[in-house]
Parts: sequence; structure tokens; C-alpha cells
Amino acid sequence: MAGKIVLCRCEDMTLADLEHSVGRGYKDIEEVKRYTGFGTGPCQGKECLAVVATQLARLCKQPPATVPPFTSRPPLAPTPLKLLARDPGAHRFDDDPGDD
Amino acid sequence: MQPVMDDEDESRADVSGEIRLPATLEGSGPLPQQAEIVIVGGGVMGLAIAYYLARRGLTDVVVIERGYLAEGASGRNGGGVRQQWSTEINIRLMQESVELCRRFAVDVGVNVWFRQGGYLFLARSQNEVARLEKNIALQNRCGVATRMLEPKQAKDIVPELNLDGIVGAAFNPSDGILFPWPFLWGYARQAAAMGVKIYTQTPVVSLVARDGGGYDVRTERGTCRARRVINATGAWSPKLAELVGVKVPTFPIRHEICSSEPLKPFLRPMVSELASGLYCSQSMRGEIVGGVTVPGHGSTYAMGSTLEFLTTYARRLVRLMPILGDIKVLRQWAGPYDQSPDGNPILGPAPDHPDFFLACGFVGHGFMMAPIVGKLYAEWLTGGTPHEIFSRYRLARFTDGSGASQPKEDFNIG
Repeated sequence: MAGKIVLCRCEDMTLADLEHSVGRGYKDIEEVKRYTGFGTGPCQGKECLAVVATQLARLCKQPPATVPPFTSRPPLAPTPLKLLARDPGAHRFDDDPGDD
Repeated sequence: MQPVMDDEDESRADVSGEIRLPATLEGSGPLPQQAEIVIVGGGVMGLAIAYYLARRGLTDVVVIERGYLAEGASGRNGGGVRQQWSTEINIRLMQESVELCRRFAVDVGVNVWFRQGGYLFLARSQNEVARLEKNIALQNRCGVATRMLEPKQAKDIVPELNLDGIVGAAFNPSDGILFPWPFLWGYARQAAAMGVKIYTQTPVVSLVARDGGGYDVRTERGTCRARRVINATGAWSPKLAELVGVKVPTFPIRHEICSSEPLKPFLRPMVSELASGLYCSQSMRGEIVGGVTVPGHGSTYAMGSTLEFLTTYARRLVRLMPILGDIKVLRQWAGPYDQSPDGNPILGPAPDHPDFFLACGFVGHGFMMAPIVGKLYAEWLTGGTPHEIFSRYRLARFTDGSGASQPKEDFNIG
């Protein structure tokens, strides 16, 4: 039953995956992210982080408040490279054309 | 000793069909009172050494990690594994490392998604072409099949390339990429299964030299008396060495990297251009992972992300492969290179500290070097003949003048 409870939809991470991670000793939320891949898909944890943290706290018998969120990474939302490429703040190398 | 783990094993027993495996990491208990070797640093270098020590029968080994496994550069790099170097010793070491990566899934039992799609280096000037040609001649003498390509041949390998300004390329088909995180878990799991104890969330507070040799390794989880200590803390090596009064002349340089949304597989090799240090590859998850060298931030442990990096990367990558303009960046992060003054690592015991060993200064290629360096280190520490890296790359070379005769590696890219 637990194996079918999906916690992270982007990366197909289940409650059983979380239990597996904790069972190996990987129970810091940063470790869980790396071990299971949760929170690394298109939503970057916006959907799944709270539910994983809550379940992690339950499995580790810790108050939820002791489980911090993992480090959030820019950009805030998925951003096309071509928009970023137009930013005037980009570093120019010797061979960069003046403006393209 | 590990009541917490026992509880968790019970909770996992609810999952039907779950195979019980021993936990890789020690729980919240105290450190053992003594160990033959304490390795400080739960990154790829420390875990590779631990794994190979255990394989050689030396299992009285404790790995102490300040945070979690892969918290430093080992978990923050692009996963590149290449044999295209400018010094013979690095070429030969990496030939062996590639072979160990090829066998990793069989030897260690973890799929690290190692994929040999080659490395394609692109030159935008005749100077860069000359540099590549010189390296290729040396690589070919060592048995690495790198070859120089005309720009249009590079486009045969990566049809998406925009060749404007590209004047030549170097390609070695047997270079590759891997997924860094499971590499560490594999080493950790096998080392632990053989008896190595691995403690995370355990900062070293002090190292106190003992009369007659060895150190008391003091942590908040107690003190472990170590006959030998290995400093495998990457960019933090100078700080750990300070605890025993050893000056390690490396310094941390932040390198940023980013990952895109996943795409259908289309890009076989790692692609890199020398002019900007741009590199990118497609992981087995489908993401485009890459970076670029933004100069001028100096030595820092700050691992924050910058917009300047992301826009510079985007500008260079979209110029080189315009079709990627529409793909979206999901995530950017940073990690520290452990920069050594001459571009070469620092290995072996510190001068006047015969029980304090160094495994640092790998300048951003410690991950790909770790399999072979870990193996050689373990062979040496278990009575084998020391490989020449342990005489070439002593810390003393920076003070006794012996370093001047060493060829400097100048092909640290990205």
C-alpha cells in the first residue's frame, strides 16, 4: 500500500522510496532529495516539499518544525535560456561579438 | 547502539517485499574509541579511499563527515570523466579511472548511469587549436584515441552546433559522464558492508597529536583515537590542516552550474569550448547540465548563485547551440574547487606530520580522479608500493623547490 503513495509527482517518488532512504540512514532532507530525486523536477519542490518533510518528520519521530526545507535554488520559475541570454549583465569574453 | 535505526527497520518492514539492507550510515551513537585510520570528509575522495582500504582488508576505518555525504563539491559537479589532459600522468591516471567507472556498476552494485558519449572540445582560435594538437599528440602516445576534427566533422557528432567562429575541435569517444550522487552511496554502502563506520553530521572539533604517533580526533560525538588521519575535505582541506598546524596552500573557488528541464536524448558527448570554459552535457535523466567560467570572484566559501553566471552561460550556450534557446533552466547551484597553486593535487603525509595524510588540491577534477586515487592510496597504506603520485605531489614541493620541475596541468576547464 505504502509503495503506491506518491509524494513527488515530477519524479515519481513514493512513500516507500522515502522509507528506503531513511532506512539507509539518508534522512537529512538534503540527503533525501539527492537519494530519491524528489523536488528536482519541473516544480522544484513547490508541490512536494511540505508533504515529504512532514512524512520525514513522522518516520524520524521528530517534530515537523525540526525538518527545514531544502535549499531553494534559482531561478524562481523555469526560465528559457534565450531570455537569460539577452540580459545585459552577462560577462563578455574576448571573442564575444559586441551585441548579438 | 542504533535504536533509531532499529525503529526505522520495523517501520520499513510494513512495506511488503522490501528487502532489509543494513543502514549505510551510523546512527546517533558515539564514535568508536579508536581506529586504525580516520578519514575526515565524506565526499568521493574519502569514500573511495575507505572503500578500497576495506577491499584490501583494512576495515578498522572511520569516515567522519561534517554534514551529509556529497554536501561539498562531490555532489555539486557536472559528472564529467575525461582522459583529455595536458600532462602524461593525468592522462594515464584517467585511463585507469575510466576503466574503474566502466566496472563500477558490477564491482559496487550501484548504477551510476556512466555513459561514454565522448568529450568534444571546441577551439575558436589557432592558439587553441595548437594547444589541442599538442595535447592530442601526448594523449595518442598514451593510447587515448583523441583526434582533431574540422568544424564540419564536429557538426557530424553534434548537428545542433552553430559553427560560426569555430576553427577546430578535439574529440575522444571514450570520455564520458556519470551521475555523481549514487557513486558516493555505492562506495559508502560497500565500505559499510565490509565494516567501515561512516558518521555524518559530525564536525571535527580538534585534532590532538598523541605522544608516540596518531591523533585524538575530537567531535561532538566523542573522541576517536586514530593511528592515522586522512584529510579528504576538499576545499576545506586548509582549515582541517590548520588544526594540526599544517599550512595547505589551496584555496576555494566557487564554480556555478545549472540544470535544465529534461529533454529526449539528443546530445551524445560533453561539449566544451575553450574560450569561455563553457561546457554542457545531457544526463541520463535528460537534463542539460552545464556551466561557464565567470572570472573574478576570488577565493570564497560562499556557495550562493548569481544571475551573472546564468546569463553568461545562457549567452554562450545559445550562441553555440541556438536550438537550445527555448529550453528552460530549472535550477542553478554552486560548488567549490579546491584550487592548488600549481594545478596539481597534494597527496601523502604532511612534512613533520607522518600520520597526517592529505588528499586534496584537485582543482575541480577530484571526482573523476577519485576512483584511481582512492585505489592507489589504499594500496599504498596497506603495504603496497607507493605510486609515483605520492612522491610527485607531496606538500613539501611548495617549500623545498621540487615542485618547479613538475609539468603543470593547464587543462582545467569549466
